Amino acid sequence: MQIKPILSALRRHKAGTFLIAMQIALTLAIVCNALFIIQQRLAHLAEPSGLDEPNIFVIQNEWVGASTPEQLDAKMREDLGVLRALPGVQDVTLSNSYPLRGGGWDDGVKLTADQVQDTTGATIYFADERFIDTLGLKLIAGRNFRAEEITPMNVRDRLGPPVVMVTKALADKLFPAGDAVGKTIYLVGGPTTIVGVVDLLQAQSVDRWAQSFAYRSVIVPKRLAISLGVFYIVRTQPGQLDAAMRAAPKALFAHNPRRVINDEDGVLSFKEVRAKAYERDRGMAILMGLICVTLLAITAAGIVGLTSFWVGQRRKQIGVRRALGATRQDILEYFLTENLLISCGGALFGVLLAVAINLWLVTRFELHRLSLVYLLMGVVILLLLGQGAVLAPAMRASRVSPVEATRSV
Amino acid sequence: MSGMFVHNLRLGVASLRRNPLLTTLMIMSIGVGVAASMVTYAVFRAVSGDPIPEKSAQLFAPQIDNRGPQYNHHGEPPDALNYTDAMALMRAHKAPRQTLLFQVGLSVMPDDPHKMPFKALGYATYGDFFTMFDVPFQYGSGWGAEEDDARDAVVVISRSLNKKLFGGENSVGRRINLDDRQYRIVGVTENWDPKPRFFDMFSGNAYAMPSQVYIPFTHAVAQKIDSYGNNNCGMDGKRGEDWDSWLRGECVWISPWVELDTPEQVQAYRQFLDGYAQEQRRAGRFNWAPNNRLRDVPAWLDSEHAVPPESRISLSLALGFLVICLVNTIGLLLAKFMRRAPEIGVRRALGASRADIYRQFLAEAGMVGLAGGLLGLVLTALGMLGIGLVFEPQIAKLAHLDFALVLLTLLLAVTATVLAAFYPTWRAAQVQPAWQLKSN
Repeated sequence: MQIKPILSALRRHKAGTFLIAMQIALTLAIVCNALFIIQQRLAHLAEPSGLDEPNIFVIQNEWVGASTPEQLDAKMREDLGVLRALPGVQDVTLSNSYPLRGGGWDDGVKLTADQVQDTTGATIYFADERFIDTLGLKLIAGRNFRAEEITPMNVRDRLGPPVVMVTKALADKLFPAGDAVGKTIYLVGGPTTIVGVVDLLQAQSVDRWAQSFAYRSVIVPKRLAISLGVFYIVRTQPGQLDAAMRAAPKALFAHNPRRVINDEDGVLSFKEVRAKAYERDRGMAILMGLICVTLLAITAAGIVGLTSFWVGQRRKQIGVRRALGATRQDILEYFLTENLLISCGGALFGVLLAVAINLWLVTRFELHRLSLVYLLMGVVILLLLGQGAVLAPAMRASRVSPVEATRSV
Repeated sequence: MSGMFVHNLRLGVASLRRNPLLTTLMIMSIGVGVAASMVTYAVFRAVSGDPIPEKSAQLFAPQIDNRGPQYNHHGEPPDALNYTDAMALMRAHKAPRQTLLFQVGLSVMPDDPHKMPFKALGYATYGDFFTMFDVPFQYGSGWGAEEDDARDAVVVISRSLNKKLFGGENSVGRRINLDDRQYRIVGVTENWDPKPRFFDMFSGNAYAMPSQVYIPFTHAVAQKIDSYGNNNCGMDGKRGEDWDSWLRGECVWISPWVELDTPEQVQAYRQFLDGYAQEQRRAGRFNWAPNNRLRDVPAWLDSEHAVPPESRISLSLALGFLVICLVNTIGLLLAKFMRRAPEIGVRRALGASRADIYRQFLAEAGMVGLAGGLLGLVLTALGMLGIGLVFEPQIAKLAHLDFALVLLTLLLAVTATVLAAFYPTWRAAQVQPAWQLKSN
């Protein structure tokens, strides 16, 4: 296929050529970035929590009326007994928060007492001796808390437990040599000793502000005794989740009605927790996906439209070529090559534009740099789209009979 | 002239019918582009609006740096106050109106023992809150300085809570039980829920459910009612170990607001803040230069990032999308108009001026734009239904299709299409009458 005659023909259709190239460039620029955003959000969505998610649900229990911390602690321990006695319940624990909750108590961790800046931030999880088993976490070094180590705590009390457990991510940050167990770290309330390391446990927030200490958590042997509320985390036997979720609030109210468990979000399966935590990410991925698909459809439609017009305009010339011995294949190839040339020009400009848009997003919204893979992917998608879109009009052109040459328009 | 215009429109409609494929492509392209822009714009409009337009320039959020350059966030003071500084502002009373607030969650205990208690969220604040923020009342009013000073157990409840508890009748003077304490109702607000909730950005309540109760700040502190919202303790560790030392500690958890009506008052208040910080420095509490802020509502919302980045990104991409749709439309219009070169040639030869051609073709483009706009409207309405898939529910429900948006959709479609039509029309008007006659 000779390119020169195609180029000279295109020169006579500058406007149309330019418009198709522009459209391809703009579409490429947006599609590349949209695909990249989708991938980023999906990767974020896929981060593991470390929990036995399908069998876990969470109850937010708030007390009403005035009680002393001692009374609250006694009531919570009774509740744990009530929940544990439910059919299908495997284990129950209580905490001030849980992974993916969206926020809670984050605090600084230091390696020495006189350090000015924190070594890292960390999520603070309150836990009893059942915490690890209930959540389905894996203890990879040291030991779990003992029942007698768990003490009640008011929210304004000093946070200075004698022992803590940490997540592997935090242990690796603080003690890269892998010997965290037995080491002393400093929380806001003073020094404490690491007695155990758990493998994987996601933070309570997965928002951008919490990314700097993702997966870094300190697990403290405390029961939070405040009326504002505490979370009961329940792990059920496989298949028993729904029944236990229905039975749990009823049993709690039957035991002690002076409490509030919100109808809407007081009892949440971990599936619901996950869906809520990643609402924005999923939404963004869906929106970008929709934009990509529609954009590609519109660009394809535009190419079909303009090429059809060109074919219509050149029926006579096509007829002449056919009469002079050009095969159908030649005509088809002519239009395909023509489109490929325009698309390549557009793609070249589009790549530059995509990088420019990405740089703007990086500076403006702290997004990541676009990787080359997405540029290549975008180019391939658009070249294929162009060839696909031009196929129908090009086929029609190839069917123009040589007789057309003899007709006056 | 208008007769000519109508004639042109008719010609436009006739021509649209002649080329159904191209016409459909154009209308769809414009419709989709406009709809994508409008849906994302509706969300953006909902989250970027001024929540209190009549007063946003008079309401200010004072900020005082109690952390110092070592611990503050990129040089910015924290976005709330600790109890010490908050009370100092109140005692100084340098603003005509001033309030403090923090979020409270109180259990409403129904008199009927068979009814379940439930949680009502709201604010502990000062009586000025209601006048400063123009809170509309259904019954009664807010409380006054006397109740603030006396730490009275009074409460203002929302219309919806009043409906739930008292069937909507005037409940002023009646009592309700909150957390085992009796409160006297002094006012019932109308449905009032500015979005974003500018006065409580600190606790992340910009798009939270409407507040149900308001109680005096002084009473809440006296009763040791803890904040239901955020507290931020920084890294210096001065937090306290019980309620009293917590109040004296450096954790921030109180949102302060002042109303300043003139530039002079604003200036004076800035000087007051700096003077206060200097005083704290002399007293040895701060060992850094005054680092205060006094932002009005728009500046405050901006510094708190009230508009979610998702909304800005999607609006930008949707506008890019619209541009592509328009480029597409230019191409299709060009194809459509140039296909009629012979007809134009004949019309020009029969005496039609270039201006006539312009009018005819722009009118035709306008018809395409209008049709695209109508399709865009349908798609926007559909998009509004699906908005919950993309944005969080509390943000999605703020976006709505109103008359202004309908008008804007149609206007955008027609204007954009007519603008897009200028180049193809110019090309059409360039068609030479003689050349066309010869070639045929």
